[in-house]
This record gives sequence, structure tokens and C-alpha cells, in this order.
Amino acid sequence: MAAADKVDPIHQFQIHPIIPLHIGGYDVSFTNSALFMVVTVLVASAFLYMSTASRALIPGRLQSVSEMAYEFVGNMLRDAAGKQGMQFFPLVFSLFMFVLVANLIGLFPYFFTVTSHIIVTFTLAALVIGTVLVYGFAKHGLGFLKLFVPHGVPGYLLPLVVAIEIISFVSRPVSLSVRLFANMLAGHITLKVFSGFVVSLSAFGAVGIAGSVLPLAMAVALTALELLVAFLQAYVFAVLTCMYLNDALHPSH
Amino acid sequence: MFVTSAYAQETAPAAAEGDTHAGTAVPAAEHETFPPFNAATFPSQILWLVITFGLFYLFLKRVVMPRLGGIIDVRNDRITQDLDHAARLKGEADAAVAAYEQELAEAKANANKIGQQANDAAKAQAEGTRKKLEAELEKKLGEAEASIASIKAKAMKEVGTIAEDTTSAIVEALVGGKSDKSEIAAAVKSASR
Repeated sequence: MAAADKVDPIHQFQIHPIIPLHIGGYDVSFTNSALFMVVTVLVASAFLYMSTASRALIPGRLQSVSEMAYEFVGNMLRDAAGKQGMQFFPLVFSLFMFVLVANLIGLFPYFFTVTSHIIVTFTLAALVIGTVLVYGFAKHGLGFLKLFVPHGVPGYLLPLVVAIEIISFVSRPVSLSVRLFANMLAGHITLKVFSGFVVSLSAFGAVGIAGSVLPLAMAVALTALELLVAFLQAYVFAVLTCMYLNDALHPSH
Repeated sequence: MFVTSAYAQETAPAAAEGDTHAGTAVPAAEHETFPPFNAATFPSQILWLVITFGLFYLFLKRVVMPRLGGIIDVRNDRITQDLDHAARLKGEADAAVAAYEQELAEAKANANKIGQQANDAAKAQAEGTRKKLEAELEKKLGEAEASIASIKAKAMKEVGTIAEDTTSAIVEALVGGKSDKSEIAAAVKSASR
């Protein structure tokens, strides 16, 4: 059964409780998923905290990495949402760092990928859209609804355009969460399948071992690709967050 | 459920190529929900995500971001300060170069003036010496001419005496006896006229 688990590409997404916990009829056990959320947060916090501990005027390598991430997200938010948007800098920076570190940690063998679960990415997306809605209505009142009414649209087209705008707005949290979730899920399944080929082929003796070089090379290449995807998806998540926040700041387009 | 069937298709070749253990895993997995869509795990994941992400957000907002922002601000201030300092030093250096060039020009003009003056003085002195020498030479020439004239006059005066002596000697040799001096003098005078 242990050998079978290694070839099973879905096994890595299984959630099992470490410390069982039930509150009000809900199962809120501390699971392997929760463990890796804690690990993600601890690794990201420790890295950011310790790399900047010396507050060096001339940064070392690690401090440069922290500063680059900080300025990268800062510039992204400033470009998308302007100076006013900088009040959301902590939110966007934490989202970027959390998603990035969770994706990167997931690349280690036997590690759980927090962002490969739709509920996690959907909760993060709901946080973004919730922030946009709460801030938008608090800042502009009902004027925030102008977001759904573009300027310069002829009256007879307006109902159609407004309907499209509302659908596009509602689909945002879905697309935001599904994009990240699907990328991580598909990447890890593919990696597992190719690694599984290596194990299965090796069982056929010398010819199998020689043949397993191909899926092994593929697994190595896919790992590099997944590293890129881990960065890219964290970036995409942060960029889209910035653009949605821009809508909350400037609803009339 | 769609994903589960897709997964089953993907594992089918692996199971066929691999050992028979993989075959036992497939029917077992088909009965389970695909883990990311298993709603039973949602409350736990949401709760722990809220807790961990909330703490992470607070930690970044309170500790990490002020620190990173501070580091970058301090560096930018320092760079601005250093650039100002460099600009000031450059201004000073430019001023020093300008002052040096002005002094150099003044010194050159001075040197030219002094050289000109020395040249003029030397010329004037040479001119004076030349004039003095010329005057002396003129004087000496005049004296020499006067002396020549006096010698010539004296010589001319003596020419008569020599002629008289020569004549008296010739006459004495030709005629014999003494000749009259006054007669000879008269004769010479008339002949030289």
C-alpha cells in the first residue's frame, strides 16, 4: 500500500488531522494543511525579520531579497492604484508573500501545498473582493455602483453592459481563486505522474532504469517550470489584487 | 468528479506499467472525494488560514514593513545627502579651478609686462651707450682730422725749405761756390707758383 501511495498523484492533496478539534459541530482539527500554513507564515516572517535585522545601509544578499520583494509589490500597487492605493500595501504584500512562500514550500517533496486547495485560494480571493466592496461602499457610498455603469454607453445598450459588468465583477473572486488553485494542482499532479513513471519503469530492471531517464529529465524540467509558476502565480494574484483595489479607489472608469 | 475520472485516466498507464499495487489504489481513490473538493475539510482550512494569515498580516504591517520602509528611506536620504555633498564639493573644485586660472592669467600678464620693461630698459641703455660711443668717435675723428691738417700744413711749409736746400745743393754742385740763399728762395717761390 505504501508503494501504491507513492504512485497515486492525488495522495499529496489528502488532508488528515494532526490534532483533532471540534467546535460547535464543525471539524476544525489542526491538519497537515494548517501545519503548512503555520510553516509558511513562520518561514516568510522569519526570513523577512531576520534578513532585515541588521538594517544595513548596504544590504546583504538576503536583505536585498526582502527589499526587492517590498519594492516590487510597492511599485506594482503604485502603478495600478496610484498613491492612494498605498494604504493597501500591507494587505497586498502579505498576500504576495503568503502565496509565494506557500507555493515554494509546496515544491519540496513530501510537503503539502497550501495553495493547491480551492477553499484556501477562494478565502484569499474573498478577502480581496470583500476589501474592495467594504472600502468601495464606505468611501463612495452608492457612487461605488458607478463601477458597473461605464461612461459613454448608449442608453439602449446600458442594461446589457451593466449586466456584463456585474457578471465580470462577480466572476472575479472565482477566476482569482481558480487560477491559483488550478495551476498549483495541475503542476503537482504532473510532477507526481512523471516521478511515478520513474519509479514504475525502474521496476522493469536494466531496460526500465535506462528508460526511466526520460521521465526523470521531464520531472527535473517540470520542477524548474513549477518554480516559475510559483513566482508567476503569486505575482498574478498580487497584480489582480492591485487592479481590483484600484476599482475600489476609482470606481468610475 | 470530473477531475477524479481524469486522474483515473492518468494513472491507468502508470498502473499498467508499474506493479500491481497501483491497481489496488485506483478503486479506493474512486470512492473518496477529490481532496480539494472535500467540503468536510473546509471549516478547518478556513479557520486556520484566517488565524495564520491574520497573524502574518499583523506581523508584516506592524514589524516588517515599517522596518523595510525605514531602511529604504534612510538609504534614499543618505544617497540624496551624499549627492548634495558631491555637488557642493564639485562646485568648490570648479571655483578653485577658476581662481587658479585667473591667477595664472594675471601672472602671465605680469611676466609679460616685466619682460617688456626689461627689454625696453635694455634697448634704451644700449642706445645711450651707442650714442656716447658715436660722440666720442666723432670727437676723436675731428681731433684726428685737425692733427692731420696741422701735420699737412707743417709738411707743406717744410716742402719749401727742402726745395730750397735741394736747389742750393744742386746749384752748388752745378755752379760751384756759394749760392745766395735769398735768391734761391725767391726762385723756388716763383717756380712753385
